Amino acid sequence: MAKTNMAPTPESASLSNAAGAYKYGFITDIEMESAPKGLNEDTVRFISAKKDEPEWLLEWRLRAFRAWTGMSEPDWAQVAYPPIDYQDAYYYAAPKTVPGPKSLNEIDPKLLATYDKLGIPLREQERLSGIAVDAVFDSVSVATTFREKLAEVGVIFCSMSDAIKNHPELVRKYLGTVVPYSDNFFATLNSAVFTDGSFVYIPPGVRCPMELSTYFRINAANTGQFERTLIIADRDSYVSYLEGCTAPMRDENQLHAAVVELIVLDDAEIKYSTVQNWYPGDEEGRGGIYNFVTKRGACRGKNSTISWTQVETGSAITWKYPSCILQGENSVGKFYSIAITNNRQQADTGTKMIHLGRNTRSTIVSKGISAGRAQSTYRGLVRIQPGAENARNHTQCDSLLIGDRCGAHTVPYIESRNRSARIEHEATTSKISEDQLFYCRQRGLSPEDAVSLVVNGFCREVLQQLPMEFAVEAQKLVGLSLEGSVG
Amino acid sequence: MKPPERHSAMTDSPAPLLEIAGLSANVAGKAILNGLDLVLPAGEVHAIMGPNGSGKSTLAYLLAGREGYERTAGSVRFLGRELLDMPPEERAREGVFLGFQYPVEIPGVPTASFLRAAVNAVRRHRAEPELDAAQFLKILKERRKQLNIGDEMLGRALNTGFSGGEKKRAEILQMLMLEPRLAILDETDSGLDIDALKIVADGINALRRPDRGILMITHYRRLLDYVSPDRVHVLSEGRIVRAGGVELAHELEKTGYGAASVAA
Repeated sequence: MAKTNMAPTPESASLSNAAGAYKYGFITDIEMESAPKGLNEDTVRFISAKKDEPEWLLEWRLRAFRAWTGMSEPDWAQVAYPPIDYQDAYYYAAPKTVPGPKSLNEIDPKLLATYDKLGIPLREQERLSGIAVDAVFDSVSVATTFREKLAEVGVIFCSMSDAIKNHPELVRKYLGTVVPYSDNFFATLNSAVFTDGSFVYIPPGVRCPMELSTYFRINAANTGQFERTLIIADRDSYVSYLEGCTAPMRDENQLHAAVVELIVLDDAEIKYSTVQNWYPGDEEGRGGIYNFVTKRGACRGKNSTISWTQVETGSAITWKYPSCILQGENSVGKFYSIAITNNRQQADTGTKMIHLGRNTRSTIVSKGISAGRAQSTYRGLVRIQPGAENARNHTQCDSLLIGDRCGAHTVPYIESRNRSARIEHEATTSKISEDQLFYCRQRGLSPEDAVSLVVNGFCREVLQQLPMEFAVEAQKLVGLSLEGSVG
Repeated sequence: MKPPERHSAMTDSPAPLLEIAGLSANVAGKAILNGLDLVLPAGEVHAIMGPNGSGKSTLAYLLAGREGYERTAGSVRFLGRELLDMPPEERAREGVFLGFQYPVEIPGVPTASFLRAAVNAVRRHRAEPELDAAQFLKILKERRKQLNIGDEMLGRALNTGFSGGEKKRAEILQMLMLEPRLAILDETDSGLDIDALKIVADGINALRRPDRGILMITHYRRLLDYVSPDRVHVLSEGRIVRAGGVELAHELEKTGYGAASVAA
């Protein structure tokens, strides 16, 4: 059992009104500085100048921007939304009081209060023990805790802006090497206008002594959040990283187009966990975040491992396929996913496992839960390249339906170019049964608790992959996300 | 509308634990119970016997509050309150326990976790402090030994992949943990070998208490050899057609249910 003081409990968060279950819907009233509305080369230059970036990065951004102007939005996902006007949004919004990295004493108390309310205390004496946090507020990182302690063992954990300033050689060596700037519409947009995010470097032979975590908060209206995260695990190192996300309740949709790149060298491992709880919109589908995210990791070294665990409960639309490029011999890719959609939410999510090296192995466990009028799609690719001798994949896709107005879809793509490959795919679809709910209620559980229990059981295999400190919170979140889905 | 108070004259004696009067009920539009009367005083164990299709399980589900079981007439008073007006979870929290004929599988939910959630739901309702994991496991350990249930089984997902005997023992364990006022056991004896039957019977006997009533629904006399009922009711075509002492069960075994209903 996790100690309660270690888990980011939302008890202090204000109870939201209309959406009922969403407890993070408040707005922080703080003076902001923004780039002019709209997107053109000047916007890109503005962001780069704001961050005092080197010339090579500005050039990289501009190349991305030019590529983006010739691209069109992907339309193959099973999601529907009105066209996005990319000129009708802000691409940079930062609290005025955060001009650069500062000590916590100098941070605007309103920001500290915001994170307190979200259950992420940043002040030294109140921090979550054993978890270092990078707090990203709209476009900028406002604080990173435990930096000095981590630096003692050579671990670099800071905002992307700081990394560009202080570790330009590492950033330049790895940025865009897993997700190139021309990769896809949203990743390319991100490459042009990304504002901040987290940077992690674990030196050879180091097992990171604490959980690293980034807490993303969207606050400003009409603003997109484009963060970029880069994590490098050098030879024989290990890190467990977790990200959490929340946003205020607003009637307009907001775009969140992030890019995450992971690089794992020989014998190293990255465990990357996400608890995504962006505002999902109201029961009628008004508002909510468009979560269009590109996450990809490269197992470059032999015996390297990447494991993605995601609990996706928020966002109006989720478009997200955390992937592994299994390049190194004996490298391992894992993808554990829970995607819960309720009311009018839509999720099209899954993974890509690209097997290049010999004896590479991948595991996919996907649990999709749909309630209300929601639509949930698992979309996954398993590709075995000719050189991937003895590659193995096992895929398990389970869908659970609550009610009779929602939908679940499974779209697996399997491509094998090597006869020694062994690929297994199992899929099930079931409905939460009246028998189960009645049985639980007969034992004294409320209908909401009964649904939460049955769904948590359905997701157990994935929840067990989460760092213990977060597993308890994730279980609660699973229940909260489905409130109002029965009875 | 409240049904008339049938025991208004008995002001000194407390309301019986369970009092069913003139109960009729439909399932999917079909009349299954037709004016059933039954009184179970606290401290007693009653058996309800009857042929297949006589309405035994319907009665059990109706008392527990399953959807689709619709009362058309009559009343069910539980400790003086109208039971059928409460949602199923409130009945459970007030102390009504149904031992299922076919316990339901809940994949991924360890038996111990499920039980703790249930016990704490009941404790919250009684304004008692919830049990933490350590306190709960201590009590669970004592009770599980009584039923010859291994630790390993409690870590497995509830009823998932359990044998028939394991499922029934798990039901009795839940009953012991929840300490109900009224236990309704729907064919808990079916599908048990003699050893398992004895263990289950011991569990039921352990629960006998002056403030508790047990309603055993069974098709066969076998269970009654180990749990001696205070009274036996014969259910036929949705009504109690005969009632008597335990000797009635023996008689039924000789003559069959047909004779019993004719005798009514």
